[in-house]
Amino acid sequence: MLTVQDVHLWRGDRHVLRGVSFDAQPGKCVLLTGKNGAGKTTLIRAIAGLLDPEEGQVFWRGAPARNQRDEFHSELAYLGHEPPLKGDLTARENLQYSIGIRRPVSALEIDAALVRTGAKAFSDRATRMLSAGQKRRVALAGVLLANAVLWLLDEPTTNLDADGQQLVRDLISEQLARDGIVVAAVHHSLALPAEQLMPLELAQP
Amino acid sequence: MKATSLVAAGLVAVRDLRLAFRKPSQVIQPLMFFMIVATLFPLTLTPEMSRLRDAAPGVLWIGALLSSLLALEFLFRDDAVDGTLEQFALSGQSLTWMLFAKTCTHWLLTGLPLALSAPIAAAALGVPMEAMVGVVASLMLGSFAMSLVGAIGAGLTLGARRGGVLLSLLTLPLAVPILIFGARATQLAISGGDMAPPMYLLGAIAVLGVTLAPLAAAAAVRIGLE
Amino acid sequence: MAWTWFHRLASPPHVYAFARRWTPWFGGVSAVAMCVALYGGLVLAPEDYQQKDAFRMVYVHAPTAWLSLMVYTTMAVAAAVGLIWRMKVAHAAAASCAPIGAWFTVAALGTGMLWGKPMWGAYWVWDPRLTAELVLLFLYFGYMGLRAGIEDPVKADKASAVLAVVGVINVPIIKFSVEWWNSLHQTPTVMQMGKPKMDFDMLWPLLLMFVAFALYFVTVMLIRLRAELLRRERNASWIREVLT
Repeated sequence: MLTVQDVHLWRGDRHVLRGVSFDAQPGKCVLLTGKNGAGKTTLIRAIAGLLDPEEGQVFWRGAPARNQRDEFHSELAYLGHEPPLKGDLTARENLQYSIGIRRPVSALEIDAALVRTGAKAFSDRATRMLSAGQKRRVALAGVLLANAVLWLLDEPTTNLDADGQQLVRDLISEQLARDGIVVAAVHHSLALPAEQLMPLELAQP
Repeated sequence: MKATSLVAAGLVAVRDLRLAFRKPSQVIQPLMFFMIVATLFPLTLTPEMSRLRDAAPGVLWIGALLSSLLALEFLFRDDAVDGTLEQFALSGQSLTWMLFAKTCTHWLLTGLPLALSAPIAAAALGVPMEAMVGVVASLMLGSFAMSLVGAIGAGLTLGARRGGVLLSLLTLPLAVPILIFGARATQLAISGGDMAPPMYLLGAIAVLGVTLAPLAAAAAVRIGLE
Repeated sequence: MAWTWFHRLASPPHVYAFARRWTPWFGGVSAVAMCVALYGGLVLAPEDYQQKDAFRMVYVHAPTAWLSLMVYTTMAVAAAVGLIWRMKVAHAAAASCAPIGAWFTVAALGTGMLWGKPMWGAYWVWDPRLTAELVLLFLYFGYMGLRAGIEDPVKADKASAVLAVVGVINVPIIKFSVEWWNSLHQTPTVMQMGKPKMDFDMLWPLLLMFVAFALYFVTVMLIRLRAELLRRERNASWIREVLT
């Protein structure tokens, strides 16, 4: 359903992605591994459409993602290195706006998601007062609330304690059970059933 | 169910207003800057009211232009730094509408207060009271057009180092027509002439800006996010 | 295959080869035309009865002023093509236009000022044409500043392309506003340069000079374009073939 076809990308002089291809079906988790600088973030951003591949294309449901950008994006949740939160707003307000622009969302739904990611206790504090791990839990609640088929997660376990890492694993396997697709860049392997995993090692450019 | 583009744009506007109320310094500082610049002119020109009155349109417009440039630097920068802009671009909603909402809110928070407080500076420059309505009206329309043009520049300089000076370098030449028509309208308001012609021209620029600037700004922001 | 030429245009090696092949021809014709036009303008053309010999400045001023606008338009069109069809060569062409256009603008301003001294008694007056030309120079500065300010070349290409397109929409508005502004202040009307009612002896060198300067622009543009392509494609295999 998500097909990446022979994607090449340069960053300045560096040929970062050299013909990356894969085809992910519902219920699969593409696990991107590779050293720092191997292009994990670049690939995730290229799939999201934030970067334009010089060659190759990303297909979604059989058609080029670029030609159906808005439809593709409404089925996609992206979590980058930094949790996209406004420091002066509370966690709850942050989600209210960031999810609200995608779809109508009720306070109850937000509550439920915050409970699920263990962020309920600090959801009424301005997010700039939160620790990095707490912010990540809020951001994960956002991913959950997006109701997206495709999750693009760049190092989702960064700054999380053991408990939080278990949470990420659980969230991913629930998403796979819903027939979702996950593309995740990780340092450590995720303890998921092997038949759900599609490991993809990016070579050093 | 998906939210409509207008709902999304409205939420972006409400969010920006709420943020501004939590952190009012970004609203107040450009205003104070404008007042200080307007004060500096009499110190460099002359304390004579009659001669200051002649210079008043220039003083008010240069001050408004510089102060709006100062504020424009933050139009997209904060949202770009914390990743909010990326989420906007990936929300499946029209980025054009969302940026238009941001630009309008920005004008509401900077351009409008500036235009409304301009009579204080204008009075200090010897502008008669009867002219104040015209002064405020011309600055309101002009600062709105300026925000639209500036949104393009703010989007384009997202990817650049030292965005501040560059933003001025890009935006000022594009703002020349706004400055010419706006200052002329203010001048006519002060001298008691018919300010309709320059106001129409200023309005035409604002309309053109509303139609084209958000599109260009959205294209610029997508490039800046790469 | 109507689209073949378009694909050729998009391929750096083809454009490079084309530029290398044609640069001497454009340059040669331009040089000859410029010499003939200069002789015609400075020697053969009669003296203007009002402006005397000072009018001869028009043979440099008018073509450079005209080209400064034409180069900006060319740059914007190339930039738009680069944006719409994701054509790297078009971006390279737009980038190589900017400094040439800026120099034409400087030349037009400089000759305008030199001409202004005997005509107006001052090097600078706020004449609408000169003022618009000055704003155009600032537009070029903005474009080049944005390019220099963005490190990633791909990003710089796209961002500056958006600016060029916005700028070219703005140029007529700026021109109109400056003329409108000037008409209010009733500066003494002076003789404009390059009026259509010119003697044929005066006119043909001017027209030939236009052609010469346009070809000069094409020549320099192609040289710069080659340099741009070499720099951008330095890792591509065709460069090795071309240079050995």
